[in-house]
Order: sequence, then C-alpha cells, then structure tokens
Amino acid sequence: MDLFIKKRIKAIRKGDQNAYADLVDLYKDKIYRLCYRMLGNRHEAEDAAQEAFIRAYVHIDTYNPEMKFSTWLYRIATNLTIDKLRKRKPDVYLDEELNGTDGLTMQAQLPSREASPEEAVESLELQETVQRAIDQLPEKYRSVIVLKYIEDLSLQEISEILELPVGTVKTRLHRGREALRRQLGHL
Amino acid sequence: MECPKEIVLLMHSYFDGDLQPEGEQQLKEHLRSCAACAAHFHELKKTVAFLQYAAHVAAPPSFAAKVMEAMPKERKTARLRRFLHRHPLLTAASLFLALTFGSLASSWGERGAFSVSADEHVIIRDHTVIVPEGQTVKGDITVRNGSIRIEGTVDGDVTVIHGKKYMASAGQVTGEVEEINQVFEWIWYNIKERVHHALQSLE
Repeated sequence: MDLFIKKRIKAIRKGDQNAYADLVDLYKDKIYRLCYRMLGNRHEAEDAAQEAFIRAYVHIDTYNPEMKFSTWLYRIATNLTIDKLRKRKPDVYLDEELNGTDGLTMQAQLPSREASPEEAVESLELQETVQRAIDQLPEKYRSVIVLKYIEDLSLQEISEILELPVGTVKTRLHRGREALRRQLGHL
Repeated sequence: MECPKEIVLLMHSYFDGDLQPEGEQQLKEHLRSCAACAAHFHELKKTVAFLQYAAHVAAPPSFAAKVMEAMPKERKTARLRRFLHRHPLLTAASLFLALTFGSLASSWGERGAFSVSADEHVIIRDHTVIVPEGQTVKGDITVRNGSIRIEGTVDGDVTVIHGKKYMASAGQVTGEVEEINQVFEWIWYNIKERVHHALQSLE
C-alpha cells in the first residue's frame, strides 16, 4: 500500500493528474466523512472535501514523504474545516472554560438542545442526534473527537495531524467526551 | 452528585487505552461501590459507542469525478517551472550547455581563413594540404577550412575542420584521424580540447 502511494505521488509530482485520481479514490470516504462530521451537513462537506483534495494536489511539492500521506491529507482537511467553522459563526464561543480541568464549560451551564430519548429511537435519528451533539462541540474538541472516533486514528496520528502534543490531544479528548456525554449519555 | 476527579481521569485513561493494571483495579473497585461513577462510566461508554456508530458515511458516488473535474489544468510552463525548480543541477547544466553551445555555434559560423599547423614536408595547393608520397610529417596536423590529402605518412593525429581528408592507399597516419564538419562535432571537439588544456594546466 505504501509503495502504491509513493509511486502515485512520484507520478503526480511529474504532472500526472491521472495518478492523483487513484489517491482521491483511496481517501475520498475518509476525507468526506471527516468533513461531514466536522461541518454537520453534506453540501458543505462535499465542497470542503473537494477543496482539500485540490489543495493537496496543488501543494504536493510541500508534502514531506517521511510523513504518512493520509496524515498530511487529514491535516489539510482538518485545517480547512476549522477555518470554515470559524468563518461561519462569529458569535460568542461556548467553550470558555470555567475553573478546573474537569471539562466543565459554559455549555454545561446553558440549557442545551437535547434530543429526547423517543427522538433517537430510529437509527437515522440517532445518527442525526449524534451529529447535532458533535455540532455543538467547540471546534478544538470536535476535531480530536472526529479524528479519534469517526476516523479511528491513534492518539499519535492525531497529534501529528493537529501538530499538538499527545498530552494536549488527550486533554481535549477527555473534555470532548465529557461534553458529548452530557448530550448523549442519557439516551 | 459529582464523581471524584481522579476516578474520572481513570475513566478517560481507559478510553485512551493507556490505563495501567493498578489503575484498572482501582477503577473497577470504585465503580462497584459508587453508583454515580458507574452511571458516569456507562454514559461515556454509550457516548463512544454512538460516535463509532455514526462513523459509517461514504462520499457521494460522483465525488471523485467531481474532484478530478475541478482540478486546475496545468499549463506547460507551470510544469516546466516546477520541473526546473526540482532539478537545480539539471537547470545549471542546461544553462551551461546553452551558453557554451551558443558561443561555439556562433564561432562555427565564422568561417575563418585557411590554416594548417604543419608546413614542413607538405605541399599546399588550393586550400588542400598534401603530404607527398615518401614524406613523413612528425607531429599532429590540424587543417582549418581546407582539406588534406595524405599520400605519405603522418606520425601523429590529423584533424580536419571544415574540410575533407583524402587517404591514398599508401598513406599512413599513426594517430587519430578526425573530420569535423558538423556543428555538434565542432562543439564536442572544443569541449575535448578545453578539457585537455585544463588537464594539462593542472599537471
């Protein structure tokens, strides 16, 4: 697999666009899924995933082959979606932390828009409920949660993608899980 | 009721996959005795399960085709620039060649006067150098803008630039014979000469 990717990248660097189609095919589901869970809707997700792939292609010369290609691609897509989230809501952030490290944020103090247990019975509704809960996470928790539980990546990979120490990734995961528990735990 | 902080931390270590055996023991014992923590832990487990359940989403079927359609069409100059950027040595080499080629090619164009490097034991007639039968020229002969007819013997190399060499059956050249009539040969010859001079000056 690694060799397959390396060969494609070599060809892409020589200007072979067709070689890139193979990589798009290989990673499209992962990148689309990441964008979808980060942004919360299919239309924006498709645009963002497409943009991520084009960015990666245009900047292929800056890709360091010592890093996994997927790590690099995830980094581009994560940064892009975080950018979009920031542009989307200029209003007050809900992740102003209160004293203490137990992940208690302003959000917990506000009456959150929770789904009732009945609402979540159907599987499709459960999907939506989970997505709504993710949508309410501040972006820094959202990215680690999505990378960990949607993309099933290791803490080490997440730390490389986000360029953060593993300890920081753990703290954010911890807080993200607690925030989601308040939304989903009662279901 | 709030759960003890250190127990919650143990729970998260559990989810991160780096809970040590003694931590696991401590967590288990606490969960058995504390209903609030057990509920907290159960909720976290459910949350994680929900998230993993939500993971199954695939890109729309036309996604890859759309990406490829939206790709920037690479212009040839962009490709060349990227290529040169990536191969600085090759760029330097081609620049060097272009300059060398340029100056030498233009000097090839200057069809200078007839000249010959040897005049002993040879006959010169109408831009043709003749090494007569029975004669032996010691040393190399270079003829520019003329031809050479060898009936005798040359004890060295013969080089003809912009001209022809004619060998009589009795003629003999002990060294190398070279005719230079093409611009590429001319350049090659010059490079060889320069390298030769450079090596000589080094010695």
